[in-house]
Amino acid sequence: MTSSTFALPASAAGALRHHPLVVRYAPIVTIVLALIAIWYVAAVMMNLSLVRGGFEREETPYTVSELIAGTMSAERPLLPAPHQVIAAFVDSVFGYAPTAPRSLVYHSTVTLSATLLGFVLGALFGIGLALMIVHSRVLEKSLLPWIICSQMVPILALAPIFIVVLGAIGLQGLLPKSIISAYLCFFPITIGMVKGFTAPDPMQLDLMRTWSATPRQVLAKLRWPAAVPYLFASLKVAITISLIGAIVAELPTGAEAGIGARLLAGSYYGQTIQIWAALLASAVLASGLIGLVDMTERVVGLQMGARP
Amino acid sequence: MNPRRRRLGFILAAAGVLSALFLPLSSEAVATLSAQPLLLALTLAAALLFAASAWTGGSRSIALGFAGVLCAAATTLVLLRDPGIGGSAAAGFWAMVLAVWLGAGLCVVELASQRPRGDGARRALNLAVPLLFGAVVFYLWEVLVRGFGVPPVLMPSPSAAAIRFVSSLPILGQDFVQTFVRGVLIGYIIGCGAGLLVAIVAQRFSFLGRGLLPLGNFFSALPLVGVAPIMVMWFGFDWPSKAAVVALVTFFPMLVNALAGLSASGHMERDLMRSYGADHRQTLMKLDLPAALPFIFNALKINATLALIGAIVAEFFGTPTQGIGFRISTEAGRMAIDMVWAEIALAAIAGMAFYGLVALAERATTFWHPSYRT
Repeated sequence: MTSSTFALPASAAGALRHHPLVVRYAPIVTIVLALIAIWYVAAVMMNLSLVRGGFEREETPYTVSELIAGTMSAERPLLPAPHQVIAAFVDSVFGYAPTAPRSLVYHSTVTLSATLLGFVLGALFGIGLALMIVHSRVLEKSLLPWIICSQMVPILALAPIFIVVLGAIGLQGLLPKSIISAYLCFFPITIGMVKGFTAPDPMQLDLMRTWSATPRQVLAKLRWPAAVPYLFASLKVAITISLIGAIVAELPTGAEAGIGARLLAGSYYGQTIQIWAALLASAVLASGLIGLVDMTERVVGLQMGARP
Repeated sequence: MNPRRRRLGFILAAAGVLSALFLPLSSEAVATLSAQPLLLALTLAAALLFAASAWTGGSRSIALGFAGVLCAAATTLVLLRDPGIGGSAAAGFWAMVLAVWLGAGLCVVELASQRPRGDGARRALNLAVPLLFGAVVFYLWEVLVRGFGVPPVLMPSPSAAAIRFVSSLPILGQDFVQTFVRGVLIGYIIGCGAGLLVAIVAQRFSFLGRGLLPLGNFFSALPLVGVAPIMVMWFGFDWPSKAAVVALVTFFPMLVNALAGLSASGHMERDLMRSYGADHRQTLMKLDLPAALPFIFNALKINATLALIGAIVAEFFGTPTQGIGFRISTEAGRMAIDMVWAEIALAAIAGMAFYGLVALAERATTFWHPSYRT
């Protein structure tokens, strides 16, 4: 900022400061940079005693700069420095063939396939359930309260049982994990879609009745288009939950592949850098998936004639 | 519902109950219903009640049908105690179960279509319908598991899980204290408190707020429970690591919601505060925080569930030998599924009670909000 102030005339600097891009992104960039700085300081402070202990055990004399350099390059640090995490991430993404068990791409695809299958199953089930609830007063009165109640229950706790039960009847691998994902992510979709299907106001429903529209026509021409914004809002929530479900489903079962298995293995063997790299991979996956839903929403919106 | 269809349904239910007298109850040789006077009386009563409810209408029909359902359900449950029936039930038994299902279904449908006038009656009805529905689901679960003799390793009956729940109350109490009181509550208070404080600071300095809002949105969409192994490494196996995970998981939803809530007060109110000469602290305490309460409670409710999930998942990575998550993973490994279900029931009760308390606090403090006006 300061250098540009020197280089530009005062008015240009002012214009730059009020440029929409700067107004929007300057705070974010500043805070991200501050967080990275804090991370470095924390890494130095947390790993200090570890590195000092190492030097003293080997009885080599050391300087402060050597000590700090040591905290940045320890093999099993308490808190790895950001560049170590990124190096490990890049190395395990590009350093191995995508099918090698050390490649993060391999583990990510395992988790991603469970996530996506679970998401599709959950979305279909959730929408179907919402359709039934909207069309039946009995179901609305009897089933909906239970669905809302189950939101308050830590459903993730069911994950290990599901894996054990499904394993006992011969289901293993991808499907049990995606069933957990589906089970976790159909709730927000059902709730959102019930809201969406009931979003048209009575006037519009009355209009459909004056045209003597069948329930199916009311659904296709009025309820469904009205529910689309709700659909995408709940899909965005659901896809992250689905990813969390897939990762957690890999934890208690000793799965061999997947981001959750990577986390578990890292925690067993104290490979902190590996854990952080796996976390970074899950963050990349999560933001990619949300971005995908976001993009679909925009495309569908344009198709349906929404003004950009 | 069409009265003719309802009548047909109840007649079918009565016929189903009666057919249990003639069809074989089990594939093994067992005493028939007519040989057991009490059960015979219950069966006949159920059939009579169903028939009576077929020929009456309105709320009397529901009451009669419900009494019939109770009689028939009691008969099937008593029958299941006979070791010759559990696991090898046959047509007669299932005819009775189907009759119970049909009768209960008709009662629920009829009950849901009632439109009582009074406010209290409507509230009671809104409670009774889902409760009845849940009772039917539990009954079917119990009867199916025991009637077909599903091995308890796969799926225990609800009664087995309930017996296990009652008989291992001390262990469950320990787990509850370890996971909920220590891990969840402490982490929840730290996480939500920190989120609220940061939001208040960020509202004071808008530069910070504009940077934190998108970042907070981004972070609250990440699978943050994944940090559990790191926290276990940093804070050890005991509850501090669980509290740390819970604090981290609950921080971002609170930050995002509180930031949105703190800017919810309108220009008019702000101008009014300025015309009173209120300083920043007074505006915060008297205007911004009260206006943000609905948003803050929204975050508190989201976090109530997230916190329990975070603590249970963190326990999968290592615990002292107690805690809900620890018990679930070890008992699932030992195939003691009834204990796992008892723990899940504990987690469910704790989660609902926690959520309910937060919701009650919300009612008490945001009674002025339009969503509560009737």
